Amino acid sequence: MKRLLITLMIIASISYSCSDDDSRPSSANVNFVFSHTWDDVSIDNDNLNTINVTNENGELLDFTRIRYLISRFEFTNIEDGTSFLFNGYKFTDLSQTSTYNFSADNNTIPTGRYRLRFVWGFNEADNIDGAYLDLNSASWNWPAPLGGGYHFLQMDGQYNIDSTPSNYNFHNGTARFSENPPVYEQNFKVIDFYEIIEVNDNTSVEVIMNISEFFKNPHRWDLNILDTPLMPNYEAQKMMQDNVETVFSLGEITQN
Amino acid sequence: MKRAFCLFAFTLVLWNCSEDEVGYEPTPYQLEIPEIFADNIIAPIIPTTNPLTEEGVALGKRLFFDPILSDDGSMACASCHMPQSTFTDNLERSIGIDGLSGPRNSMPLFNLAWNYNERFNWDGKALSLETQAIEPVENPLELHSDWTEVIERLQNHPEYPELFRLAFKTSTISIELTTKSIAQFERTLISANSKFDRYSLGLTSLTPQELNGLDIFLREDKGDCFHCHGNPNNPLWTDNDFHNNGLDETFSDLGLGAVTGDPNDNGKFRTPSLRNLQFSPPYMHDGRFETLDEVIDFYSEGLQNSSTIDPLMKNVSQGGVQLSDSDKADLRAFLLTLSDPSFISNPDFQN
Repeated sequence: MKRLLITLMIIASISYSCSDDDSRPSSANVNFVFSHTWDDVSIDNDNLNTINVTNENGELLDFTRIRYLISRFEFTNIEDGTSFLFNGYKFTDLSQTSTYNFSADNNTIPTGRYRLRFVWGFNEADNIDGAYLDLNSASWNWPAPLGGGYHFLQMDGQYNIDSTPSNYNFHNGTARFSENPPVYEQNFKVIDFYEIIEVNDNTSVEVIMNISEFFKNPHRWDLNILDTPLMPNYEAQKMMQDNVETVFSLGEITQN
Repeated sequence: MKRAFCLFAFTLVLWNCSEDEVGYEPTPYQLEIPEIFADNIIAPIIPTTNPLTEEGVALGKRLFFDPILSDDGSMACASCHMPQSTFTDNLERSIGIDGLSGPRNSMPLFNLAWNYNERFNWDGKALSLETQAIEPVENPLELHSDWTEVIERLQNHPEYPELFRLAFKTSTISIELTTKSIAQFERTLISANSKFDRYSLGLTSLTPQELNGLDIFLREDKGDCFHCHGNPNNPLWTDNDFHNNGLDETFSDLGLGAVTGDPNDNGKFRTPSLRNLQFSPPYMHDGRFETLDEVIDFYSEGLQNSSTIDPLMKNVSQGGVQLSDSDKADLRAFLLTLSDPSFISNPDFQN
């Protein structure tokens, strides 16, 4: 009788534990939704080619195309320091809304509390010339004489459109320190977010890209001086690397 | 009585089935992906609704070269897309069966299955190779025919019904099946054996002049050709996208803008591949430049500003990228390494 009572208590205990676990899954999927702004104004495929904005330096400008690359999405658990690196990279073309979201094929992680980081562009290990067939097919390559690999950003348009319109090509990638002898400097940036992301269930993380920050912080960008060509301009490349630091922020975190 | 009826019905079904060839399947066509493509770019687009078959490709090839598609039987697709001219016609603007010229230069045809956007023609009007093949047949400036009559001619032809049956398991000919077969043939037109391809594969070397030309091509502060025309890692040598490259201040031909209705697209045309330039003059959508030298001079000093000019066009106010004479010669030497003589002499692509 005593043995039966103990057995029943164990079963009841297990049942209680199970029902507790059912209320909070042990793992969940994480997906990323990117939105793009110029400060408070949303930019997407509908207004990319029609919106006019004024940068920090006072130039009125427009956009013909904006494409960029992000890689190594990584969640770090703030309790135990465990990291989860999501496979793949995100190549975004603002004219194609289908490229705005990102779901890695290994996007299931244990529930918990995390911080996010990702890499602007490719880090040195990933930035292998010609290695990614989809990016080659999109002509996203950074020329070999400039260090090879891939573009991180291609933003094209015109500035001073209210006076004497001129073209700008705000392209970012490997920085060439010297042409002869060729010396190249990796130009990626690790973007860390300090907000805590609670993953209790399948989670959607909004990342906001504020494009105006490329022209603002810490370097106020003067397109009259730095418009094109910028790819072989070492100082311009390093300024872009500095300015990308504040471009991204976290938006809404939703669970479902 | 019931059994007799069943037997009759079964026989009827079998009879009908034999008309549409139950049991027969066309032979799948193994599209050979060149090493330089397999190593560098993603797979070609082959629609699941129109898989390549040996019989379909053969039928498409025959139709491509057959003047039966034109109203008076005088011209075929190949009249304006000749194999020896890398499937263009070397005319400024193509001339149709009535002796009238159209508004545009005939586009060369190769590597079409790698046009990932699937927008064809200079203006992107055709949204697949299959639909592209529809329009020229009835265009009064091209084959000036009537599809109903074309289908009738094909249906009454002594051989075509059987060729369609072999390709599509039905001898009932339609516009859809006709254009499907032409599209199948066009997808087999692959050019990937230029001197530069062999250089990329480590099979040959380039001269110092050709290498310097490549450097000019890839330098944003020199030619800056690569943003639209690919690079050694994209052997298509086109982005297949649409740009206003600064040909005109005002547009007599709106290009993509006439298709989308968006004024921001006015004056934009599809980037042509730089492969086989040696065989495909004249150049641009209206064939305005007779020689490669004229094209290089245009990008160097001849750009015209307009409201939709692509910002990738450099130094527009000075007319262009301002190349020196030696830079121009080197760039030309490099561009000619992209020519593939084996493509224009490939027996699979001849009539």
